[in-house]
Amino acid sequence: MQTVLSIAVDAFAYGMVLFIICIGLSVTMGLMQVVNLAHGGFAMIGGYIASYVARDMGLGYAAAVLAAIIGTIAIAIPLERFLYRRVYAQPQLIQVLMTIGITFCIIGITNYIFGPTLKTIPLPAALSGPVDIGFRTIAAHRLFVMVCGLAVALGLWLLIERTAFGIRLRAAVDNAAMTSALGVRTEFVYAVAFALAMGLAAFGGVVGAEFLPIEPYYALRYMVTFLVVVSVGGAGSISGALAACLLLGAVDTTGRYLFPDFGNFFFYLAVIVIVCAFPRGLLGREQARG
Amino acid sequence: MSETRPLAASGRRWPRDVIGLAAIALAGGAGYVLFPDSLAFLTRIISIALLVLSLDLLIGYCGIATLGQSALYGAGAYAAGIAAVNGLTDPVALIAVGALAGGVAGLLMGAVLLRAHGLPQLVLSIAFVQLFHEMANKAASITGGSDGLYGIAPGPLFGLFAFDLYGKTAFFAGLGLLLLVFAALSFVVRSPFGMTCRGIKEDPLRIRAMGIGVRPTLIKMFALSGAVAGMGGALGAIATQVVGLDSVSFELSANALVMLVLGGFGSLYGALIGTVIFLGVEHEVSAINPFHWMTLVGVMLIAVVLFAPRGLYGVMTDAVARWRGRP
Repeated sequence: MQTVLSIAVDAFAYGMVLFIICIGLSVTMGLMQVVNLAHGGFAMIGGYIASYVARDMGLGYAAAVLAAIIGTIAIAIPLERFLYRRVYAQPQLIQVLMTIGITFCIIGITNYIFGPTLKTIPLPAALSGPVDIGFRTIAAHRLFVMVCGLAVALGLWLLIERTAFGIRLRAAVDNAAMTSALGVRTEFVYAVAFALAMGLAAFGGVVGAEFLPIEPYYALRYMVTFLVVVSVGGAGSISGALAACLLLGAVDTTGRYLFPDFGNFFFYLAVIVIVCAFPRGLLGREQARG
Repeated sequence: MSETRPLAASGRRWPRDVIGLAAIALAGGAGYVLFPDSLAFLTRIISIALLVLSLDLLIGYCGIATLGQSALYGAGAYAAGIAAVNGLTDPVALIAVGALAGGVAGLLMGAVLLRAHGLPQLVLSIAFVQLFHEMANKAASITGGSDGLYGIAPGPLFGLFAFDLYGKTAFFAGLGLLLLVFAALSFVVRSPFGMTCRGIKEDPLRIRAMGIGVRPTLIKMFALSGAVAGMGGALGAIATQVVGLDSVSFELSANALVMLVLGGFGSLYGALIGTVIFLGVEHEVSAINPFHWMTLVGVMLIAVVLFAPRGLYGVMTDAVARWRGRP
């Protein structure tokens, strides 16, 4: 029973980390139809900035998170304007190549600036101790991650379902040409959504650093994991991404606990089975594409 | 891609093919004369060139985006390596074993990958290579696991030429294999089968309406591509006499894709040019600082996508066409 609970808590926390990072990827893929393999790279930039602010400058955790989000968005906006915008309507292979190129550049440049070592982000005292939640104690950081994940899910749901910006966003997802004919500046919607997605990636990279350590090849190592989550969940669907993150988090964590020798074996096997069974993702919608 | 060039006419092109093969042989000979001390590196280029050619068959001629091609390369390498450790020493037979294993892996991969399109297909291909990687890692009693597979000792080629310390025999065997494969592939891509594949890349619906099965055709191409990649892997295993886990890695797949794009996909020459330039520059730059090399690759990729979508070979053929005056 103890094992089951431990697995459940770890799986849920890990799933939430995946969700915070991947939901931005899902949004950009559903909205702009761009396969952004560099998404993990932005999470990595966030992690490097946070590590620099918290460890080397000695500022607090909150300041580090804030700096990571703002810094990453500041880097992402010009990239969207000058690189991504050119490949929105291109075939997927072109997008894959461009974004792999951006990933390589991010890895090369960040490691040139910050040095090729593992980056730690020191946790504040309030998050590093255990917390008693009645029937057992869990690490406060896990609880924090879960709360963050749920808050992000709720916030995004409110933003997309309840605000004017959300209406424009959904309209642009459904039919970009018609939306812009109706007077919505779709380019502006794209840019804001992209910035939001990258900000979330940075946020997820920082709060998830305990699960996915910030290291020199972060962007490549977890690129596959993030893509898998989105293709299992279905591009552009928040509930699909949430379901995929929880499911894959559970598969991965359970596999690690029960069969530690087989590492990622079960994860990739599950991915192949799920993608073969649901080629459009668990809750993905029909894309208007041949 | 989206340009509206007519498909190459399937008329008599054999004089050009002979010139092309002669050029490859000449380039190989020049490499032998200029870099006699790095024959092992030149053989590695040939081995990887076979992998990139096999990737070109899928991406350039069928329009299938895959980041899992090294699974086929690794299947050939491990099959040849395991056969060699277990007593099969004839190099030609080892290459054949590699081709067979690669072909079978290709069939399997095709059966899985063709179930999806677009991003899910890409993810399937990545999951496929990662699964192979985990299997090779865990079956350490057969594959050597993370230590690599040692003890490959190929016998003399055709019973005459022993594999020497300087890699002369391996280099010439590799060059011969590359020429054979290249000649065969030049023929295949212009055959009715090759033209059907290109038709599928342009418009699968229309090919289906013509009464041709899209899936069986693509599966055949997967098997062929797997055989070519498997031969590359077997050549690598014979030449280096060791098979490591890096031969079934996502990184190798991604690098092969970069080489192909750099050279230009949809052309067999582009695949060769991209491999030689990529590995040559990598050899020099990554010795200085591996992160500079990554940045450089990234910049090259972005530049190719933005300014030369048909790769270096496309730039060259465009330049030649302009020089001759547009037809």
